[in-house]
Amino acid sequence: METHEALYQQGVARMEQLRKLQPRTGETLQQKMEQNGITRRDFMKWSAAVTAMLALPLPFSTLVAEAAELADRVPLVWLHMAECTGCSESLIRTDTPNLDTLIFNHVSLEYHETLMAAAGWQAEENLEHALSAYKGNYLLAVEGAVPTANNGAYLTVGCKGHTGLHIIKEAAEGAAAIISVGTCAAFGGIQAAAPNPTGAKGVYEVVDRTVINLGGCPPSEKNIVGTLMYFIMFGKLPALDMFNRPKWAYGARVHDNCERRGRFDAGEFVEEFGDQGAKDGYCLYKVGCKGPYTYNNCPTERFNHHTSWPVLAGHGCIGCSEPNFWDDMADFEKPLGRQLLHGLDATSDTVGAVILGATAVGIGAHAVASIFAKSEEE
Amino acid sequence: MSKRVVIDPITRIEGHLRVEVEVDENNVIQKAWSSSTLWRGIEVILKGRTPMDVGLIVQRICGVCTYSHYRCGTEAVENALGVKIPLNAKYLRSLMQTSLYMHDHIVHFYHLHGLDWVDVVSALSADPALAAQEAMKYTANPIAAGEGDLRAVQERVAGLVETGKLGPFANAYWGNGTYKFTPEQNLIALSHYLKALEIQRIAAEMLAIFGGKSPHPQSIVVGGVTSVRDMLSPARLQEWKQKHQIVQDFIIRAYKADIVMAAAAFGAEPSVLGGVNVKNFLATEDFLLSDGQYMFNQGVIMNGDLGNVSDLDPDMIAEDATHAWYKADGPQHPYDGTTVPDYTGFVERDTVYGKLPTVDGDGKYTWVKSPRYNGEPVEVGPLASLLVSYARGNQVVVDSVNGLLEATGLPVGALFTTLGRTAARMLQTVIVAEEGLKTFDAMLTNMQSDEATYVKPEIDSSKEYVGHAMIEAPRGMLSHWIRIKGGLVENYQAVVPTTWNAGPVDAQGKMGPYEASLIGLKLEDPTKPLEVIRIIHSFDPCMACAVHVMDYKGQNLGEFKIDPNGF
Repeated sequence: METHEALYQQGVARMEQLRKLQPRTGETLQQKMEQNGITRRDFMKWSAAVTAMLALPLPFSTLVAEAAELADRVPLVWLHMAECTGCSESLIRTDTPNLDTLIFNHVSLEYHETLMAAAGWQAEENLEHALSAYKGNYLLAVEGAVPTANNGAYLTVGCKGHTGLHIIKEAAEGAAAIISVGTCAAFGGIQAAAPNPTGAKGVYEVVDRTVINLGGCPPSEKNIVGTLMYFIMFGKLPALDMFNRPKWAYGARVHDNCERRGRFDAGEFVEEFGDQGAKDGYCLYKVGCKGPYTYNNCPTERFNHHTSWPVLAGHGCIGCSEPNFWDDMADFEKPLGRQLLHGLDATSDTVGAVILGATAVGIGAHAVASIFAKSEEE
Repeated sequence: MSKRVVIDPITRIEGHLRVEVEVDENNVIQKAWSSSTLWRGIEVILKGRTPMDVGLIVQRICGVCTYSHYRCGTEAVENALGVKIPLNAKYLRSLMQTSLYMHDHIVHFYHLHGLDWVDVVSALSADPALAAQEAMKYTANPIAAGEGDLRAVQERVAGLVETGKLGPFANAYWGNGTYKFTPEQNLIALSHYLKALEIQRIAAEMLAIFGGKSPHPQSIVVGGVTSVRDMLSPARLQEWKQKHQIVQDFIIRAYKADIVMAAAAFGAEPSVLGGVNVKNFLATEDFLLSDGQYMFNQGVIMNGDLGNVSDLDPDMIAEDATHAWYKADGPQHPYDGTTVPDYTGFVERDTVYGKLPTVDGDGKYTWVKSPRYNGEPVEVGPLASLLVSYARGNQVVVDSVNGLLEATGLPVGALFTTLGRTAARMLQTVIVAEEGLKTFDAMLTNMQSDEATYVKPEIDSSKEYVGHAMIEAPRGMLSHWIRIKGGLVENYQAVVPTTWNAGPVDAQGKMGPYEASLIGLKLEDPTKPLEVIRIIHSFDPCMACAVHVMDYKGQNLGEFKIDPNGF
């Protein structure tokens, strides 16, 4: 692993490069912030928060700020495949003050079907233009799985009637980097659950490129924007885990930072929804929480401007950022200890079997973590 | 000489939609085809799973009306198992529904539909001082429409336009003659478009308070709700109420005002005065106000006859797949539907853009089936819901509709137009916002003596169960149908609002609402078919919802086997 010093130098060099490029929109970030009533001070606080979120030391926050300002040099193409649009919905609900959204818009958004004004022929033209004009330089974000059965015929887009599969392959070729936004694009998601009638696959399975996988149904907007920022800042992907998820966001289990963790360690469990334990905020493991098997930053980042997250609302985590969770973690309101998962059955069985012995549970769960912590460094 | 116009993708909707029309030498639409081009097969996936997971899975049909499917799927299971959930759970579900509507309709009008009404480029030539005065005409207390606000918005957009790089606004149909707002009115609406970005976030937070997150909330289970701590927390309740106030304020001072402004500006525009050519409407009862009392009524209106509303009969619903990419021999009730994919692809032909693959209108051409009520196509959605309640004499709705007609000077007939459909959605939002507080108060009262939020459901695996649920989703009447056998899902079908509206022509040659609404529409420029997009958007398309529809009964799953070496 490289030192922070080397990484910082890489970021500085990248900023140098970006500064030489033409901005794609006339407005500077400064102007946009002013129009949105965001002060320089708000911006610096945001940069510091993003720095911390990316698990970088504080001195990087000037680099984050600079990268945000230069983000308009980076074209973004966002494609919709087999999906429900929940990921885009997640993104447009980002925090107030809406710096995250602002940064997202500041990146030159060349194509996004849910947001763009153009339609039909003109929309398709925008996409073709972006793919050729910015070849080799654009970021490709994909929302949704790629249907592959029947030669991909279960999805066509555009006047030319190309399949999603065709479009993804073409767009992937000229992309500087590819980001799968959400569990469908990353791992196939709900349509890929058994028996997967459309042959839905994650993007990484159909393109011959490294794809960064932002698991989650939907992924938190923080994870989307943080990944964009990392790429803009360093021109490369962050350290990834065994499923190509950024370690800064998916490095810890939901269980590790859960607000109900103390209850788990104390052996205090909700036995049935709505019982006294539920009213008192006891641990949800026995009503099916998959937090011990799920890697994501939900407990620390929460959703919708930190308003809540499923565990706060009394429902266990369903493991939505893990591959094949629709099959592997069902039935969602029962503990998982009863079945195989990722070949770690022995450990998860331990968790289930000794559920009433809190110490043993803790040890079992930590053992799972240590196995997962092994990652693929770039 | 007729000309074919292909519009794909229809952007600013949920999902993937292609619309094709054929215009005559005067550019008047003679034929129209609505085609959904994505199929996901979620009901197949439900087979053999526990009914307890149904809500979480069907929720992923849609990331926009995400909560509607979650609730409807869960309630279909409760109906099948005979589970009676506690009153608090009903109230909490209703409050989440209120939050969803306030979010969904604002996003639809401003961010999805708005650019069909608002010419962004025209706003640049507005006089902000005059625009500020103009805004006062539609509400005594406008929001984000003071001279300073408007000037800042104008400068912001001017900066964008000067660079020639419009970003997400690029290559749209700006300048089309059917845009009717003055530059000042465009500027007001544009300012609200931007303000609404902020407001919709707050509305999503309302849903997240009791739902855990939005989209894809996670606090409903078969038997009740899980967010009991939030319900019992005075701080949380106050948080909801405060956000509600902010959003409601925007709904009244911006959304309502903008629709009144649009009615004045577009009231004589031919392309928005049609668009309701299927005059049959259907809606179900929903939004619990207090024990047993609902905000909107159920019923069916045929042939636009408001003097005659009949009760909604679930047995009258059937789906036809003659022109959908499925094998099927005739109309089928949702409990007995079969759906076997039968993709036939496109046909190459001349279009206004040259040779292109186009739909085979005589054959099969979409992944959406055609639901029919007693054999007839019907429109569902906010317009249908309001018309049914209006015809039933629901006082709140009657006052609200009459109030709008008075404010705009339009006749009742104006409801049966594209403008009316868009206005109805706004009126529904206003009613939901105002009346929804009654639900909130009823819950507080009930909580004084009752903290129950859940009853444990029981499944006897030796028994078979059948059940369904019907609710109003933001896009209209939504129904889910389930069969349970051996303790597992044996059969599942969802008949969703967009399917009702977007379905293809049926075996009798009857068009669904999307297609029928386009017939007779004159296009200013067939290469820039803004009028088509405006009409289609007024239905608020949600294609992922429409095309999940899949039932495995009688189907050979072997047909779905995938060659692992295919790629």
